[in-house]
Amino acid sequence: MPATTAMPAVAPVLSKAGTQIRLTDVVKDYGLAVPAVDGVSLTIEPGEFMTLLGPSGSGKTTTLNLIAGFETLTSGHISFNGDDVSSLPPHKRNLGMLFQNYALFPHMTVAQNVAYPLRERKVPKAEISRRVAEVLELVQLPGRDDNVPSQLSGGQQQRVALARAIVFGPKALLLDEPLGALDRNLRGALQTEIQRIHREVGSTFVFVTHDQEEAMSLSDRIALFNMGRIEQVGSPETLYKAPETLFTARFLGDSNVFELDSAPGSTAVWQDRTWTVEPRTVSDRARSSSSAALVVRPEDVHIAGAADAVPPGASAAPATVADVQYLGSYRTVVLTYAGGVVGRARLDASETQLSLGQSVVAWWRVEQQRVVSR
Amino acid sequence: MTTTSEVTAPAAAPARRRSRGVDAVPWWLRLVVAVGALYFVLPTLFVIPMSFSESTTFSFPPKGFSLDLYRNFFTDPVWLTSLRNSFFVAVVAALLATVVGTAAAVGLHNLTGRLARLARTVLMISIVTPGIVIAVVVYISFLKWHLVGTFAGYVLAHAAIGMPFVLVSVTSALSGFDSKLLRASASLGAPPLRTFARVTMPLISRGIATGAVFAFVTSFDEVVIALFLRSPTFQTLPVQMYNSVTFEVDPTIAATSSLVVSAVTVVCLVPLLLGSRRKNR
Repeated sequence: MPATTAMPAVAPVLSKAGTQIRLTDVVKDYGLAVPAVDGVSLTIEPGEFMTLLGPSGSGKTTTLNLIAGFETLTSGHISFNGDDVSSLPPHKRNLGMLFQNYALFPHMTVAQNVAYPLRERKVPKAEISRRVAEVLELVQLPGRDDNVPSQLSGGQQQRVALARAIVFGPKALLLDEPLGALDRNLRGALQTEIQRIHREVGSTFVFVTHDQEEAMSLSDRIALFNMGRIEQVGSPETLYKAPETLFTARFLGDSNVFELDSAPGSTAVWQDRTWTVEPRTVSDRARSSSSAALVVRPEDVHIAGAADAVPPGASAAPATVADVQYLGSYRTVVLTYAGGVVGRARLDASETQLSLGQSVVAWWRVEQQRVVSR
Repeated sequence: MTTTSEVTAPAAAPARRRSRGVDAVPWWLRLVVAVGALYFVLPTLFVIPMSFSESTTFSFPPKGFSLDLYRNFFTDPVWLTSLRNSFFVAVVAALLATVVGTAAAVGLHNLTGRLARLARTVLMISIVTPGIVIAVVVYISFLKWHLVGTFAGYVLAHAAIGMPFVLVSVTSALSGFDSKLLRASASLGAPPLRTFARVTMPLISRGIATGAVFAFVTSFDEVVIALFLRSPTFQTLPVQMYNSVTFEVDPTIAATSSLVVSAVTVVCLVPLLLGSRRKNR
């Protein structure tokens, strides 16, 4: 895949203004034990790249299908720019959609696939061929007009699907794990592509994935789903640095998790340790919750040989070294804390050698710990 | 759909595997197949030479060579009318069976519940029901509805027995159909009927064509129901053939049979030829 150094100057094919998508108390119940989507409210701002992230079965794909109109709401409302579309059939919603398996029409050529939505809209022939050429240029796939999808690679097929989904100027683009079927390198190239097109056309993108790295690198904001509900909405940085719940902390990146027996006040007590807690490191949900946990990211954990080497004021916990993984630019040290709690520290590769089974003291600065609800 | 697309690139590998498979067929298996095929085809092979006979009675081997029997067939209005009746009944019945069968197959495609299974079974039931039972039932109800001996009566009865063949062939064509395409088409602005015309139908057209051919042939050579429904003013070719041997012993039937065999063979071969040509492209 060619790197995108020179961006082709192409007229916008998505509606530039972007569309606000608002979900209000959305419920989808298939009559199973728990509703697939259980009261989701979310406002996606015009031009925003919003990712619906979550484990499989968390309701993120169902939510996307509800926005697209493929599923009917059990209750709640969905509106685009303030217009209620809750009962509008999918072919009238004017949204572009990318699917994991591309969903190109196998009996049509590339050009016919891309022209499909334009023919549906009775666009004049000359205009169709102009816009097809234009959009194929935008996705960097010119000259393949007369190929059928089976003659293209997976990455090329997804580019055709992308061209087809944006050529008619939809209100927003919905992406249902579009990179899931591609290998790692290709996925990176297409991520760049999607990001570039989002930047260039400034339209609203709603992206569904279970891959947290993909979500972190692409999104303006992430809505993290868990069991049919939204666990937390925020920028990738907010979700990583200031998780509200243990689920969020665990889903995005590694954490050292110390489950607390009681809600923390100015100190947190874990086993025989007592740590100072700064009020601003306590999440809102933890404040109102009866059970909490203290989490620390691996890159914030330092390792000292003995307790007297820990700087004053820092939180510390004794641990034994269970494993050391060399990963080039850094090392991951797997630690076992008291009570068999497993955690990780990320150290510079140049730092002193640690031997397996060695007793150490893990420590971190109080402002880098976070108290979340669990 | 995607699986077939991946196969196209390394086409050489599967082809080689296939040819090796052909080589591995042992001679005795070929013999069994040949004997079996001969057993099915032999009666037909007898009738064709007989149709060129000079004699006015049935005899084998045929005496001399003449086209008299064909002349009889194409000049006798009774034969020609029944041929025309059969043809139009078969065309309309096949059309009806194809529309209904395709609609049923598409409708049942995404249903998995017990009710859908039941519906599928009920729709297939006429394949396993003895022809005479269907004929009697059809006759009794059509008497009541004044459909006996009418064009509409033949069409309805023949469409009903042809429909399961369409259901089967369209259902199997749909098994390779990716239903995500329907969502893709909807998201691109096509209402359901347009989606069916532009996406579903082109992709299952071979299944539809196969079903239509089967429905046509089923109607064209159907005799049991046709015997019950016949009237002095309207009868189909198979009924006329039956009459010609039971009442008058007319050797014209040899020519008629040869014509029917050739016609049906051609109709059945058309989709095969079309299919292989498409595959070669």
